Amino acid sequence: MKQPSFLNDRILPILTVLAALIAIWYLCVVWLNAPFVRDQAARAGTEIVFTDLVKQTMNEERPVLPAPHQIVTELWKTTVTMPITSKRSLVYHAWVTISATLSGFVIGAALGMLLAIGIVHNRAMDKSMMPWVIASQTIPILAVAPMIIVVLNAVGISGLLPKALISAYLSFFPVVVGMVKGLRSPDNLLLDLMRTYHASPSQLFWKLRWPASLPFLFTSLKVAVAIALVGAIVGELPTGAVAGLGARLLSGSYYGQTIQIWAALFMAAVVAALLVSLVGVAHRMVLKRMGEKA
Amino acid sequence: MNENRMAVVSARDLSLTFETNDGPVHALSNVNLDVRKGDFVSFIGPSGCGKTTFLRVIADLEQHTAGTIEVNGTTPENARKDRAYGYVFQAAALFPWRTIEDNIALPLEIMNFTKAERQERIERTLNLVNLNGFGKKYPWQLSGGMQQRASIARALAFDADLLLMDEPFGALDEIVRDHLNEQLLKLWAATDKTICFVTHSIPEAVYLSTKIVVMSPRPGRVTDIIDCNLPRERPLEIRETPEFLEIAQRVREGLKAGHSYDD
Repeated sequence: MKQPSFLNDRILPILTVLAALIAIWYLCVVWLNAPFVRDQAARAGTEIVFTDLVKQTMNEERPVLPAPHQIVTELWKTTVTMPITSKRSLVYHAWVTISATLSGFVIGAALGMLLAIGIVHNRAMDKSMMPWVIASQTIPILAVAPMIIVVLNAVGISGLLPKALISAYLSFFPVVVGMVKGLRSPDNLLLDLMRTYHASPSQLFWKLRWPASLPFLFTSLKVAVAIALVGAIVGELPTGAVAGLGARLLSGSYYGQTIQIWAALFMAAVVAALLVSLVGVAHRMVLKRMGEKA
Repeated sequence: MNENRMAVVSARDLSLTFETNDGPVHALSNVNLDVRKGDFVSFIGPSGCGKTTFLRVIADLEQHTAGTIEVNGTTPENARKDRAYGYVFQAAALFPWRTIEDNIALPLEIMNFTKAERQERIERTLNLVNLNGFGKKYPWQLSGGMQQRASIARALAFDADLLLMDEPFGALDEIVRDHLNEQLLKLWAATDKTICFVTHSIPEAVYLSTKIVVMSPRPGRVTDIIDCNLPRERPLEIRETPEFLEIAQRVREGLKAGHSYDD
């Protein structure tokens, strides 16, 4: 049998897809940016040859679709070459967003777990809470976010907390749903067993329900941290564009700085990947301690 | 038989009726039975005869609807709260995230044994079920038979005098089952526990028991109680002796009688 290799089985497929995507992207760059270049040439009354046309579509200052290398250059310029204290550093903006994301994630996860514990242990909460939990997610966050910012601002709360609350509002939902499922996952046999030991409710919780729910919890936390980031970015949009990835997106769109928008989008994607994989690492560590099959 | 020994389980006209959408189901009907200290009592009968239900009533996992039952001279609920019995289920029911050791420690943790006591009991019970050296393994690393032995060790760990076993070897193949039956007898002889054992295997019941309770379904009831006076020392070969076959024959007839009554 062939040994599975990390390079062949994991990296190669990803790189293949990536290469295909970049190729398609460059084709789109030429296609979408060409009208502007032709217009420019027509206005100047000059003929433009195809090779020049292609070259120019990839180096516009405000292209409809920036070329990948333009975004990479912008990313490099705003992360590596700038001090991270600078207001133009993408690292600084990313950090502002991350801090709101993490605060919101912690609040949301804690709230989600508490609600789940309540729902599992209390019949009245089971019957009354779940519809509200689901209803809360049917309201478009884009509509709610400005309200939260404005209302909290009126009572003197601004800065990190309002954004964190929007993150929490989004991220508690998957935690409630996953955790309720997890806490209810032990089958009747194990519950009967605990009953024969005359285990107290807290022993039943800590020795059976809680450990049984952990795999469910972590799966939910991965979803929760990703949407917490979305929440934080959405929360930054109506704050008057002070700082954060959302602010970069907004100011980019004000001034038609498409390259800046795309750079901020890429940064957001990188941050999301980092956060999700951090939760993933914690997940694996916990499963390993719980003796999961290797 | 010495009938002066204390009755560990004593049921009088015990009945249990489940109310279902299709009308009442009589899981147990007028069961009268005494299980005395040191007995090994097997409950045998076709599925639906209430043998598991009876065990669950003893364990206070089901509530009877008529008659009386006493466990250790008190109600099943009090007996459960006194941790009077260890229960072995048909499946091993080990916690997958705990090692074998920690699974055996589970009831000990719940009952507030000290760490030193837990360690001592884990070693002793692993020894009793022949699982030395497997304490650090996780359940999935063990075979089905070993898992079931671990679950027996767990039921023995807190020294309850009564052991309730619900078809503990039902899911195992015959070779493993023979082996575990032999071990269970040795363990019973070594610990002097009272054992209630549910099975649907006639040879298993005759081989293990001092008393065999034959039950039949619809309504679940006791049709015969057979004393099984084979010597306490029972090699597996005893199953070929005339005495053994005679008792097995009686059990078989008891089961048949229950069926003809039904049809």
